[in-house]
Amino acid sequence: MTEHTGRGWFEDVDPADLDGARDAIEHGSAEGPGEWPARAVEADFADDEADYYDLLHDATMSATRDAVREAETAEDRQLISSVRAMDDCERVANELAERVAEWAGRQREGAGSGVAYARTLADDDEIADRRLASLAERVTELDDEAAALRSHIERTAPEVAPNLTGLGGAVLAARLIALAGGLKQLARKPAGTVQVLGAEEALFAHLRGRAPSPKHGIIFTHEAVSGTHPENRGSAARALAGKLSIAARIDHYAGDRRPELETELHDRIERIQAREVE
Amino acid sequence: MSSELPSGVERRSFGGDDEWLTTRGEPVYDEPTDGEWRRWDARRSKLGAMFERGADHGLEGGETVLYLGAAAGTTVSHVADFAGPTYAVEFAARPTRDLLDAAESRSNLFPLLKDARAPETYAHVVEPVDAIVQDVATRGQANVALTNRRFLRENGRLLLAVKTRSEDVVRDPDAVLEEVLETLSEGYDVLETHSLEPFHEDHFGVIATPR
Repeated sequence: MTEHTGRGWFEDVDPADLDGARDAIEHGSAEGPGEWPARAVEADFADDEADYYDLLHDATMSATRDAVREAETAEDRQLISSVRAMDDCERVANELAERVAEWAGRQREGAGSGVAYARTLADDDEIADRRLASLAERVTELDDEAAALRSHIERTAPEVAPNLTGLGGAVLAARLIALAGGLKQLARKPAGTVQVLGAEEALFAHLRGRAPSPKHGIIFTHEAVSGTHPENRGSAARALAGKLSIAARIDHYAGDRRPELETELHDRIERIQAREVE
Repeated sequence: MSSELPSGVERRSFGGDDEWLTTRGEPVYDEPTDGEWRRWDARRSKLGAMFERGADHGLEGGETVLYLGAAAGTTVSHVADFAGPTYAVEFAARPTRDLLDAAESRSNLFPLLKDARAPETYAHVVEPVDAIVQDVATRGQANVALTNRRFLRENGRLLLAVKTRSEDVVRDPDAVLEEVLETLSEGYDVLETHSLEPFHEDHFGVIATPR
């Protein structure tokens, strides 16, 4: 079981070249294990086995750190695709549901509206028009797909960005990452930009001097903003955006979970919501 | 069927009535410490639970170990405290970040972001080992053990934590274990099985040697 079954990672690697070692660990392969420490000493890669293990430690640390960073970037791409697909499914389901309601309204009394109505039509066996029933089924399926994508996002967002998800919820976290173009990009944005992400149209109208500055973008969907009196929403949005950008930075650069962020936000919003309004 | 703890693992009381497993090393997850010794909580570690259940693990300390399914490094950090060169394989990126932190202060712990179902992607790094510790929560846990058998020295040990719910959520855990052992017997002689309750529900510890 211990015969030589391939080449060790260190072969053709200069012991002083950490990049080369990292590359060999990450992309190399062998059919089976070999007595690598002894062979590395034989091949003059290391002075002795202790030296070999030191070199191996540095190389595996570096290769694995690199691979983790790369894999996580791939994960945030997936999250962006999921949230965009969910929005597409919801939008198309709603548009088609309107068409279904309009069509049904020509044929029957008391036709309803929206996806819920399309659902009742799809379940209705008595409906005579096969084409209408089939269209209603498509709406139902799209709506189901949107729901499946949402639960997928709820599962994956905590992996990609645990603190951002803890503060904003999975869907808002995914939307912010999508709007910024990635977790890294979001982590690099100042809090003031995070505050108005998703309100670009209003922001540019303001910059052209035709409108007041927007107080919030997509973060309006967060209860801390939408649940605050309009007069105090600017403050609430600023506080939330500040915490969200800290969370994004921790998620990108450190990755550990910091539940205290949520308590801090909660206290801050409570104070803002307690302010007197006219 | 109680067996001795490997050298480097001790029971300590932390000033209370209960005794806890401990190893000596840098703390990694805010675990309580007693001098240099840090608590190894069997409720957080399947291998710890196997020790508590008196499994005949065959470890004396200082062995070369391949750890499959290292996750955030909780258990593997304790293993590296008492074992020799310790290769830690984990497939998910996020827990591997914590594993890197645990490995930072342990020069004998080698973290690898690799898929335990594809041993050829790390056989150019991992040497033949005295023990394989496996704790992967996927279907086909027995197949993971079989395909990694190539790393185990002739008289080596497999210490396998079987999570029956990973194989089949609804079936009877004992029936699932039977099936896992059946598959395992294609490459291993099973020496012992232990229920890991009350530390871990629906988990079994399996000790085996390559056949």
